[in-house]
Amino acid sequence: MLFTQNKPTEEVLESLGKEKNIFLLVCNGCAEACETGGEKALSAMKAELEKAGKNIASTALVDFLCNKVLVATRLAREMDKIKQVDSILVLSCGVGVQAVSKVVNKVVHPAANTVSLGGLQGLWPSDERCQACGDCALDYTGGICPITFCAKSLLNGPCGGAQDGKCEVDPEKDCGWQLIYERLQKVGRLENFKKIRTPRDHSKMLPSSELRKTSFYDIEV
Amino acid sequence: MKLIERFKQGKFVITCEVGPPKGIEIEKLINEVVPLRNKVDAFNVTDLQSSVLRVGSMATCRLLKDKDLEPIMQLTCRDRNRLGLQSDVLSAAVLGIENLLCLTGDHPTMGDHPEAMPVFDLDSVQLLSAVKGLMGAKDMAGNDLEGRPPEFCLGAVVNPGADPLEPQIMKMEKKVQAGAEFFQTQAVYEVDKFALFMEKVRHLNVPVMAGIVFLKSPAMAKFMNANVAGIHVPEEIINELASVGKEKRVEKSLEISARLITELKDLCQGVHIMSLGWERHISTVLEMAKL
Repeated sequence: MLFTQNKPTEEVLESLGKEKNIFLLVCNGCAEACETGGEKALSAMKAELEKAGKNIASTALVDFLCNKVLVATRLAREMDKIKQVDSILVLSCGVGVQAVSKVVNKVVHPAANTVSLGGLQGLWPSDERCQACGDCALDYTGGICPITFCAKSLLNGPCGGAQDGKCEVDPEKDCGWQLIYERLQKVGRLENFKKIRTPRDHSKMLPSSELRKTSFYDIEV
Repeated sequence: MKLIERFKQGKFVITCEVGPPKGIEIEKLINEVVPLRNKVDAFNVTDLQSSVLRVGSMATCRLLKDKDLEPIMQLTCRDRNRLGLQSDVLSAAVLGIENLLCLTGDHPTMGDHPEAMPVFDLDSVQLLSAVKGLMGAKDMAGNDLEGRPPEFCLGAVVNPGADPLEPQIMKMEKKVQAGAEFFQTQAVYEVDKFALFMEKVRHLNVPVMAGIVFLKSPAMAKFMNANVAGIHVPEEIINELASVGKEKRVEKSLEISARLITELKDLCQGVHIMSLGWERHISTVLEMAKL
Protein backbone atom coordinates (compact mmCIF):
# COMPACT_ATOMS: atom_id res chain seq x y z
CA MET A 1 0.00 0.00 0.00
CA LEU A 2 1.41 3.36 -1.03
CA PHE A 3 0.19 6.47 0.69
CA THR A 4 -0.35 9.58 -1.30
CA GLN A 5 -1.65 13.03 -0.55
CA ASN A 6 -3.00 15.52 -3.04
CA LYS A 7 -0.66 18.29 -4.06
CA PRO A 8 -2.22 21.72 -3.44
CA THR A 9 -4.44 22.74 -6.38
CA GLU A 10 -2.30 25.85 -6.96
CA GLU A 11 0.78 23.67 -7.40
CA VAL A 12 -1.04 21.41 -9.89
CA LEU A 13 -2.31 24.43 -11.84
CA GLU A 14 1.13 26.00 -11.83
CA SER A 15 2.67 22.83 -13.23
CA LEU A 16 0.03 22.67 -15.96
CA GLY A 17 0.87 26.26 -16.84
CA LYS A 18 -0.62 27.30 -20.13
CA GLU A 19 -1.55 23.78 -21.18
CA LYS A 20 -5.22 23.70 -22.06
CA ASN A 21 -6.17 20.18 -23.13
CA ILE A 22 -5.51 17.70 -20.39
CA PHE A 23 -5.83 13.95 -20.20
CA LEU A 24 -6.73 12.81 -16.69
CA LEU A 25 -5.26 9.44 -15.85
CA VAL A 26 -6.35 8.09 -12.51
CA CYS A 27 -5.22 5.13 -10.44
CA ASN A 28 -7.87 2.96 -8.89
CA GLY A 29 -5.51 1.08 -6.59
CA CYS A 30 -3.80 2.39 -3.43
CA ALA A 31 -4.56 5.94 -4.56
CA GLU A 32 -8.28 5.13 -4.46
CA ALA A 33 -7.90 4.08 -0.83
CA CYS A 34 -6.07 7.31 -0.07
CA GLU A 35 -8.73 9.26 -1.95
CA THR A 36 -6.12 10.77 -4.25
CA GLY A 37 -7.31 8.39 -6.98
CA GLY A 38 -10.47 6.50 -7.94
CA GLU A 39 -13.79 7.76 -9.32
CA LYS A 40 -14.31 10.36 -6.61
CA ALA A 41 -10.90 12.00 -7.02
CA LEU A 42 -11.33 11.90 -10.80
CA SER A 43 -14.60 13.86 -10.68
CA ALA A 44 -13.23 16.28 -8.10
CA MET A 45 -10.09 16.99 -10.13
CA LYS A 46 -12.09 17.30 -13.36
CA ALA A 47 -14.40 19.88 -11.74
CA GLU A 48 -11.44 21.74 -10.24
CA LEU A 49 -9.57 21.94 -13.55
CA GLU A 50 -12.66 22.93 -15.53
CA LYS A 51 -13.26 25.68 -13.01
CA ALA A 52 -9.73 26.88 -13.79
CA GLY A 53 -10.54 26.95 -17.51
CA LYS A 54 -8.94 23.69 -18.54
CA ASN A 55 -10.44 21.30 -21.06
CA ILE A 56 -10.45 17.71 -19.85
CA ALA A 57 -10.13 16.05 -23.22
CA SER A 58 -10.46 12.55 -21.87
CA THR A 59 -10.06 10.48 -18.73
CA ALA A 60 -9.10 6.93 -17.89
CA LEU A 61 -9.19 4.91 -14.72
CA VAL A 62 -6.63 2.12 -14.40
CA ASP A 63 -6.63 -0.36 -11.54
CA PHE A 64 -2.93 -0.21 -10.82
CA LEU A 65 -1.02 2.55 -12.58
CA CYS A 66 2.19 1.17 -11.15
CA ASN A 67 1.81 -1.86 -13.41
CA LYS A 68 3.55 -0.82 -16.59
CA VAL A 69 2.03 -3.60 -18.71
CA LEU A 70 -1.46 -2.76 -17.52
CA VAL A 71 -0.87 0.92 -18.22
CA ALA A 72 0.51 0.28 -21.71
CA THR A 73 -2.37 -2.03 -22.59
CA ARG A 74 -5.02 0.28 -21.26
CA LEU A 75 -3.54 3.39 -22.87
CA ALA A 76 -3.14 1.72 -26.27
CA ARG A 77 -6.87 2.33 -26.72
CA GLU A 78 -6.46 6.00 -25.81
CA MET A 79 -3.45 6.81 -27.95
CA ASP A 80 -5.36 8.89 -30.49
CA LYS A 81 -6.75 11.07 -27.73
CA ILE A 82 -3.44 11.26 -25.91
CA LYS A 83 -1.72 12.51 -29.05
CA GLN A 84 -4.13 15.44 -29.16
CA VAL A 85 -3.72 16.65 -25.58
CA ASP A 86 -1.06 18.98 -24.17
CA SER A 87 -0.25 16.79 -21.21
CA ILE A 88 -1.36 14.03 -18.88
CA LEU A 89 -2.21 14.71 -15.26
CA VAL A 90 -1.63 11.52 -13.29
CA LEU A 91 -3.50 10.89 -10.07
CA SER A 92 -1.36 8.21 -8.47
CA CYS A 93 1.79 7.55 -6.49
CA GLY A 94 5.24 8.39 -7.89
CA VAL A 95 5.64 4.87 -9.26
CA GLY A 96 2.45 5.31 -11.29
CA VAL A 97 3.65 8.62 -12.75
CA GLN A 98 6.95 7.03 -13.75
CA ALA A 99 5.13 4.07 -15.33
CA VAL A 100 3.08 6.46 -17.46
CA SER A 101 6.11 8.49 -18.53
CA LYS A 102 7.82 5.25 -19.51
CA VAL A 103 5.04 4.11 -21.83
CA VAL A 104 3.77 7.41 -23.26
CA ASN A 105 5.78 10.03 -25.05
CA LYS A 106 3.95 12.95 -23.50
CA VAL A 107 4.48 15.47 -20.71
CA VAL A 108 3.24 14.00 -17.41
CA HIS A 109 2.36 15.88 -14.25
CA PRO A 110 1.93 14.27 -10.83
CA ALA A 111 -1.17 15.33 -8.90
CA ALA A 112 -0.06 13.83 -5.60
CA ASN A 113 2.90 13.51 -3.30
CA THR A 114 3.89 10.03 -2.19
CA VAL A 115 4.51 10.10 1.54
CA SER A 116 4.95 6.49 2.52
CA LEU A 117 5.42 3.16 0.83
CA GLY A 118 3.62 1.60 3.77
CA GLY A 119 4.60 -1.94 2.82
CA LEU A 120 4.16 -3.19 -0.72
CA GLN A 121 5.69 -0.92 -3.30
CA GLY A 122 2.90 -1.09 -5.80
CA LEU A 123 3.11 -3.71 -8.51
CA TRP A 124 6.24 -2.50 -10.20
CA PRO A 125 9.15 -3.27 -7.92
CA SER A 126 11.71 -3.01 -10.72
CA ASP A 127 14.10 -0.20 -11.69
CA GLU A 128 11.70 2.73 -11.34
CA ARG A 129 11.16 3.36 -7.69
CA CYS A 130 9.81 5.92 -5.29
CA GLN A 131 11.30 6.98 -1.96
CA ALA A 132 8.09 8.61 -0.80
CA CYS A 133 9.87 11.95 -0.45
CA GLY A 134 6.53 13.71 0.02
CA ASP A 135 7.33 16.41 -2.54
CA CYS A 136 7.01 14.77 -5.95
CA ALA A 137 9.41 16.33 -8.45
CA LEU A 138 8.38 14.19 -11.42
CA ASP A 139 6.65 17.13 -13.01
CA TYR A 140 9.92 19.02 -13.25
CA THR A 141 12.00 16.07 -14.42
CA GLY A 142 9.77 14.66 -17.15
CA GLY A 143 8.55 11.70 -15.15
CA ILE A 144 11.94 10.28 -14.16
CA CYS A 145 12.66 10.46 -10.44
CA PRO A 146 15.85 12.39 -9.55
CA ILE A 147 15.69 11.10 -5.98
CA THR A 148 15.89 7.43 -6.90
CA PHE A 149 17.64 7.59 -10.27
CA CYS A 150 20.52 9.82 -9.17
CA ALA A 151 22.92 8.21 -6.68
CA LYS A 152 23.24 11.60 -4.96
CA SER A 153 19.55 12.51 -5.33
CA LEU A 154 20.59 15.78 -6.94
CA LEU A 155 17.80 18.16 -7.87
CA ASN A 156 19.51 20.66 -10.17
CA GLY A 157 21.33 18.59 -12.75
CA PRO A 158 24.13 16.06 -13.04
CA CYS A 159 27.31 16.06 -11.00
CA GLY A 160 30.58 15.87 -12.94
CA GLY A 161 31.01 12.18 -12.24
CA ALA A 162 29.04 10.49 -14.99
CA GLN A 163 31.01 8.84 -17.75
CA ASP A 164 29.54 7.67 -21.05
CA GLY A 165 26.11 8.21 -19.55
CA LYS A 166 26.84 5.93 -16.60
CA CYS A 167 26.88 6.75 -12.90
CA GLU A 168 30.17 7.20 -11.01
CA VAL A 169 28.85 4.89 -8.31
CA ASP A 170 27.94 2.00 -10.59
CA PRO A 171 29.05 1.87 -14.22
CA GLU A 172 26.17 -0.53 -14.89
CA LYS A 173 23.68 2.14 -13.88
CA ASP A 174 22.54 4.97 -16.14
CA CYS A 175 23.16 8.55 -15.00
CA GLY A 176 19.69 9.61 -13.84
CA TRP A 177 20.26 13.19 -14.91
CA GLN A 178 21.27 12.15 -18.39
CA LEU A 179 17.99 10.22 -18.66
CA ILE A 180 16.11 13.26 -17.36
CA TYR A 181 17.91 15.54 -19.81
CA GLU A 182 17.11 13.24 -22.74
CA ARG A 183 13.52 12.86 -21.64
CA LEU A 184 12.97 16.62 -21.23
CA GLN A 185 14.51 17.16 -24.63
CA LYS A 186 12.19 14.54 -26.14
CA VAL A 187 9.04 16.05 -24.67
CA GLY A 188 10.17 19.60 -25.42
CA ARG A 189 10.50 20.68 -21.79
CA LEU A 190 14.21 21.38 -21.48
CA GLU A 191 13.34 24.73 -19.94
CA ASN A 192 12.34 22.84 -16.77
CA PHE A 193 16.01 22.03 -16.27
CA LYS A 194 16.83 25.72 -16.09
CA LYS A 195 14.68 26.36 -13.04
CA ILE A 196 16.58 26.24 -9.78
CA ARG A 197 14.94 23.64 -7.60
CA THR A 198 15.08 24.60 -3.92
CA PRO A 199 16.33 22.18 -1.25
CA ARG A 200 14.07 19.36 -0.17
CA ASP A 201 11.94 19.58 2.95
CA HIS A 202 12.86 16.33 4.64
CA SER A 203 10.10 16.73 7.18
CA LYS A 204 7.68 15.92 4.36
CA MET A 205 8.94 12.36 4.42
CA LEU A 206 7.42 11.81 7.83
CA PRO A 207 3.89 10.43 7.56
CA SER A 208 1.46 12.80 9.25
CA SER A 209 -0.12 11.84 12.54
CA GLU A 210 -3.49 11.64 10.76
CA LEU A 211 -2.01 9.11 8.40
CA ARG A 212 -0.53 7.09 11.24
CA LYS A 213 -3.93 6.93 12.88
CA THR A 214 -5.67 5.38 9.88
CA SER A 215 -6.39 1.69 10.19
CA PHE A 216 -4.76 0.69 6.91
CA TYR A 217 -1.52 2.42 7.82
CA ASP A 218 -1.56 0.69 11.17
CA ILE A 219 -2.11 -2.71 9.63
CA GLU A 220 0.83 -2.23 7.32
CA VAL A 221 3.29 -1.40 10.09
CA MET B 1 41.97 38.75 -0.88
CA LYS B 2 38.96 37.64 -2.80
CA LEU B 3 39.96 35.88 -6.01
CA ILE B 4 37.49 37.93 -8.03
CA GLU B 5 39.67 41.00 -7.38
CA ARG B 6 42.50 39.33 -9.30
CA PHE B 7 40.26 38.77 -12.30
CA LYS B 8 39.07 42.37 -12.08
CA GLN B 9 42.70 43.48 -12.23
CA GLY B 10 42.83 41.72 -15.59
CA LYS B 11 45.36 39.25 -14.34
CA PHE B 12 45.66 35.73 -15.75
CA VAL B 13 44.91 33.99 -12.48
CA ILE B 14 46.79 30.93 -11.28
CA THR B 15 45.53 28.62 -8.59
CA CYS B 16 46.78 25.25 -7.52
CA GLU B 17 45.31 22.42 -5.61
CA VAL B 18 46.51 21.30 -2.21
CA GLY B 19 45.41 17.98 -0.75
CA PRO B 20 45.72 17.77 3.05
CA PRO B 21 47.49 14.69 4.41
CA LYS B 22 45.95 11.56 5.81
CA GLY B 23 47.40 12.15 9.24
CA ILE B 24 48.30 15.20 11.24
CA GLU B 25 51.76 15.98 9.95
CA ILE B 26 50.91 18.94 7.77
CA GLU B 27 54.33 20.64 7.80
CA LYS B 28 55.44 18.96 4.56
CA LEU B 29 52.47 20.39 2.67
CA ILE B 30 53.01 23.87 4.07
CA ASN B 31 56.73 23.78 3.27
CA GLU B 32 56.03 22.72 -0.30
CA VAL B 33 53.60 25.51 -1.04
CA VAL B 34 55.29 28.42 0.76
CA PRO B 35 57.84 28.89 -2.08
CA LEU B 36 54.88 29.39 -4.46
CA ARG B 37 53.66 32.44 -2.53
CA ASN B 38 54.40 34.98 -5.24
CA LYS B 39 53.79 32.70 -8.19
CA VAL B 40 50.33 31.38 -7.46
CA ASP B 41 47.34 33.60 -6.66
CA ALA B 42 45.48 31.16 -4.46
CA PHE B 43 45.48 27.59 -3.21
CA ASN B 44 42.43 25.33 -3.36
CA VAL B 45 42.33 23.09 -0.34
CA THR B 46 40.33 19.96 -1.10
CA ASP B 47 37.51 18.68 1.09
CA LEU B 48 38.26 14.97 1.58
CA GLN B 49 39.13 14.58 -2.08
CA SER B 50 37.89 11.37 -3.70
CA SER B 51 35.94 10.69 -0.49
CA VAL B 52 39.15 9.66 1.30
CA LEU B 53 39.48 10.65 4.95
CA ARG B 54 42.09 13.37 5.50
CA VAL B 55 42.74 16.54 7.46
CA GLY B 56 39.98 19.04 6.76
CA SER B 57 39.99 21.92 4.34
CA MET B 58 39.10 24.65 6.84
CA ALA B 59 42.01 24.04 9.23
CA THR B 60 44.46 23.76 6.34
CA CYS B 61 43.13 26.97 4.80
CA ARG B 62 43.77 28.79 8.04
CA LEU B 63 47.32 27.45 8.25
CA LEU B 64 47.96 28.69 4.70
CA LYS B 65 46.56 32.07 5.64
CA ASP B 66 48.93 32.23 8.59
CA LYS B 67 51.74 31.85 6.05
CA ASP B 68 50.35 34.67 3.97
CA LEU B 69 49.06 32.35 1.26
CA GLU B 70 45.56 32.92 -0.14
CA PRO B 71 43.34 29.88 0.45
CA ILE B 72 40.21 28.74 -1.40
CA MET B 73 38.18 26.46 0.82
CA GLN B 74 36.50 23.63 -1.05
CA LEU B 75 33.16 22.67 0.37
CA THR B 76 31.25 19.57 -0.74
CA CYS B 77 27.71 18.41 -0.02
CA ARG B 78 28.76 14.83 0.66
CA ASP B 79 29.29 14.84 4.42
CA ARG B 80 27.21 17.58 5.99
CA ASN B 81 23.57 18.51 5.97
CA ARG B 82 22.49 22.14 5.65
CA LEU B 83 23.12 22.83 9.35
CA GLY B 84 26.68 21.54 9.15
CA LEU B 85 27.42 23.30 5.88
CA GLN B 86 26.07 26.67 6.96
CA SER B 87 27.91 26.43 10.26
CA ASP B 88 31.16 25.63 8.47
CA VAL B 89 30.64 28.57 6.13
CA LEU B 90 30.27 30.89 9.13
CA SER B 91 33.28 29.27 10.81
CA ALA B 92 35.35 29.80 7.66
CA ALA B 93 34.46 33.50 7.72
CA VAL B 94 35.48 33.70 11.37
CA LEU B 95 38.87 32.23 10.42
CA GLY B 96 39.33 34.86 7.73
CA ILE B 97 38.78 32.59 4.72
CA GLU B 98 37.49 34.68 1.83
CA ASN B 99 37.13 32.23 -1.06
CA LEU B 100 34.80 29.24 -1.18
CA LEU B 101 34.52 26.67 -3.93
CA CYS B 102 31.17 24.89 -3.73
CA LEU B 103 30.89 21.38 -5.17
CA THR B 104 28.58 18.38 -5.06
CA GLY B 105 31.42 16.07 -4.05
CA ASP B 106 32.27 12.51 -4.99
CA HIS B 107 30.03 9.74 -3.72
CA PRO B 108 31.39 7.99 -0.58
CA THR B 109 31.60 4.71 -2.47
CA MET B 110 34.48 6.24 -4.48
CA GLY B 111 36.70 6.51 -1.41
CA ASP B 112 38.12 4.65 1.57
CA HIS B 113 34.90 4.64 3.64
CA PRO B 114 32.42 3.23 1.12
CA GLU B 115 30.07 2.25 3.96
CA ALA B 116 29.49 5.90 4.90
CA MET B 117 26.08 7.50 4.53
CA PRO B 118 26.00 9.86 1.56
CA VAL B 119 24.41 13.09 2.78
CA PHE B 120 23.76 15.34 -0.24
CA ASP B 121 21.09 17.24 1.66
CA LEU B 122 21.92 20.10 -0.71
CA ASP B 123 23.38 20.05 -4.19
CA SER B 124 26.05 22.43 -5.45
CA VAL B 125 23.52 24.95 -6.81
CA GLN B 126 21.58 24.98 -3.56
CA LEU B 127 24.82 25.27 -1.55
CA LEU B 128 25.81 28.37 -3.55
CA SER B 129 22.36 29.86 -2.90
CA ALA B 130 22.65 29.05 0.80
CA VAL B 131 26.04 30.79 1.07
CA LYS B 132 24.71 33.74 -0.88
CA GLY B 133 21.85 33.86 1.64
CA LEU B 134 24.28 33.92 4.57
CA MET B 135 26.14 36.74 2.83
CA GLY B 136 22.81 38.56 2.90
CA ALA B 137 22.58 37.91 6.67
CA LYS B 138 19.88 35.22 6.36
CA ASP B 139 20.19 31.52 7.01
CA MET B 140 18.39 28.95 4.88
CA ALA B 141 15.41 28.94 7.22
CA GLY B 142 15.08 32.69 6.76
CA ASN B 143 16.38 33.59 10.20
CA ASP B 144 18.51 36.71 10.59
CA LEU B 145 22.21 36.44 11.38
CA GLU B 146 23.45 38.70 14.13
CA GLY B 147 25.91 41.44 13.31
CA ARG B 148 27.79 41.87 10.06
CA PRO B 149 27.29 39.09 7.49
CA PRO B 150 30.16 37.00 6.08
CA GLU B 151 31.69 38.01 2.76
CA PHE B 152 33.04 35.54 0.25
CA CYS B 153 34.07 35.16 -3.34
CA LEU B 154 32.21 32.07 -4.55
CA GLY B 155 33.57 29.62 -7.04
CA ALA B 156 32.19 26.51 -8.68
CA VAL B 157 33.29 23.77 -11.05
CA VAL B 158 32.32 22.61 -14.51
CA ASN B 159 33.38 19.68 -16.65
CA PRO B 160 33.99 20.92 -20.21
CA GLY B 161 34.73 17.38 -21.40
CA ALA B 162 31.35 15.97 -20.37
CA ASP B 163 29.33 14.27 -23.06
CA PRO B 164 26.65 15.47 -23.52
CA LEU B 165 27.92 18.93 -22.65
CA GLU B 166 24.60 20.76 -22.62
CA PRO B 167 23.41 19.59 -19.16
CA GLN B 168 26.78 20.70 -17.72
CA ILE B 169 26.37 24.13 -19.23
CA MET B 170 22.77 24.39 -18.06
CA LYS B 171 23.89 23.56 -14.55
CA MET B 172 26.73 26.07 -14.89
CA GLU B 173 24.13 28.72 -15.75
CA LYS B 174 22.23 27.84 -12.60
CA LYS B 175 25.44 28.12 -10.57
CA VAL B 176 26.04 31.61 -11.94
CA GLN B 177 22.45 32.52 -11.11
CA ALA B 178 22.97 31.13 -7.60
CA GLY B 179 26.09 33.25 -7.03
CA ALA B 180 29.17 31.61 -8.55
CA GLU B 181 31.71 34.26 -9.57
CA PHE B 182 34.39 32.07 -11.13
CA PHE B 183 34.75 28.52 -12.42
CA GLN B 184 37.49 25.95 -12.33
CA THR B 185 37.32 23.06 -14.77
CA GLN B 186 38.18 19.41 -14.92
CA ALA B 187 41.59 18.73 -16.53
CA VAL B 188 41.84 19.93 -20.12
CA TYR B 189 44.07 18.26 -22.73
CA GLU B 190 42.16 19.07 -25.90
CA VAL B 191 42.55 22.76 -26.58
CA ASP B 192 40.19 22.82 -29.59
CA LYS B 193 37.39 21.18 -27.65
CA PHE B 194 37.96 23.60 -24.77
CA ALA B 195 37.78 26.54 -27.16
CA LEU B 196 34.34 25.33 -28.29
CA PHE B 197 33.26 25.06 -24.68
CA MET B 198 34.42 28.61 -23.98
CA GLU B 199 32.43 29.77 -26.97
CA LYS B 200 29.30 28.15 -25.53
CA VAL B 201 29.69 29.78 -22.11
CA ARG B 202 30.79 33.21 -23.29
CA HIS B 203 27.29 34.61 -22.62
CA LEU B 204 27.74 33.91 -18.90
CA ASN B 205 30.53 36.44 -18.73
CA VAL B 206 32.21 34.69 -15.84
CA PRO B 207 35.94 33.91 -15.45
CA VAL B 208 36.88 30.32 -16.26
CA MET B 209 40.11 28.69 -15.12
CA ALA B 210 41.19 25.70 -17.19
CA GLY B 211 42.21 22.63 -15.20
CA ILE B 212 45.77 21.36 -15.63
CA VAL B 213 46.72 17.94 -14.31
CA PHE B 214 50.38 16.94 -14.64
CA LEU B 215 50.68 13.68 -16.56
CA LYS B 216 53.14 11.60 -14.61
CA SER B 217 53.21 8.64 -16.99
CA PRO B 218 51.54 7.22 -20.10
CA ALA B 219 49.84 4.70 -17.79
CA MET B 220 48.32 7.50 -15.75
CA ALA B 221 46.95 9.11 -18.90
CA LYS B 222 45.42 5.82 -20.03
CA PHE B 223 43.97 5.27 -16.57
CA MET B 224 42.32 8.70 -16.57
CA ASN B 225 40.94 8.13 -20.06
CA ALA B 226 39.30 4.95 -18.90
CA ASN B 227 38.17 6.02 -15.45
CA VAL B 228 37.84 9.76 -15.00
CA ALA B 229 34.68 11.40 -16.22
CA GLY B 230 35.20 14.04 -18.88
CA ILE B 231 38.98 13.65 -19.17
CA HIS B 232 40.43 12.68 -22.50
CA VAL B 233 44.15 12.71 -23.09
CA PRO B 234 44.69 12.47 -26.86
CA GLU B 235 46.79 9.65 -28.24
CA GLU B 236 49.45 12.14 -29.53
CA ILE B 237 50.12 13.41 -26.01
CA ILE B 238 50.37 9.89 -24.59
CA ASN B 239 52.78 8.94 -27.37
CA GLU B 240 54.81 12.08 -26.86
CA LEU B 241 55.22 11.24 -23.18
CA ALA B 242 56.04 7.61 -23.98
CA SER B 243 58.63 8.66 -26.58
CA VAL B 244 61.23 9.57 -23.95
CA GLY B 245 63.04 7.35 -21.47
CA LYS B 246 62.02 7.26 -17.82
CA GLU B 247 64.83 9.63 -16.79
CA LYS B 248 63.45 12.35 -19.10
CA ARG B 249 59.81 11.73 -18.28
CA VAL B 250 59.39 14.47 -15.69
CA GLU B 251 60.92 17.02 -18.01
CA LYS B 252 58.68 15.92 -20.89
CA SER B 253 55.60 15.96 -18.70
CA LEU B 254 56.30 19.50 -17.52
CA GLU B 255 56.91 20.57 -21.09
CA ILE B 256 53.50 19.19 -22.12
CA SER B 257 51.76 21.01 -19.26
CA ALA B 258 53.55 24.27 -20.02
CA ARG B 259 52.58 24.00 -23.67
CA LEU B 260 48.93 23.38 -22.75
CA ILE B 261 48.96 26.43 -20.49
CA THR B 262 50.44 28.56 -23.26
CA GLU B 263 47.79 27.37 -25.70
CA LEU B 264 44.94 27.85 -23.22
CA LYS B 265 46.10 31.26 -22.06
CA ASP B 266 44.27 33.23 -24.71
CA LEU B 267 41.08 31.22 -24.34
CA CYS B 268 40.31 31.64 -20.66
CA GLN B 269 40.97 33.78 -17.61
CA GLY B 270 43.25 31.52 -15.62
CA VAL B 271 44.53 28.03 -14.94
CA HIS B 272 43.95 25.74 -12.01
CA ILE B 273 46.87 23.36 -11.53
CA MET B 274 46.26 19.98 -9.93
CA SER B 275 49.79 18.73 -9.44
CA LEU B 276 48.92 15.55 -7.50
CA GLY B 277 52.08 15.46 -5.40
CA TRP B 278 54.28 17.31 -7.91
CA GLU B 279 53.95 20.64 -6.12
CA ARG B 280 57.72 21.03 -6.39
CA HIS B 281 57.42 21.22 -10.17
CA ILE B 282 54.74 23.93 -10.33
CA SER B 283 57.11 26.88 -10.48
CA THR B 284 59.14 25.24 -13.27
CA VAL B 285 56.00 24.77 -15.36
CA LEU B 286 54.92 28.37 -14.75
CA GLU B 287 58.35 29.60 -15.83
CA MET B 288 58.25 27.42 -18.95
CA ALA B 289 54.82 28.87 -19.74
CA LYS B 290 56.23 32.37 -19.15
CA LEU B 291 53.81 33.13 -16.33
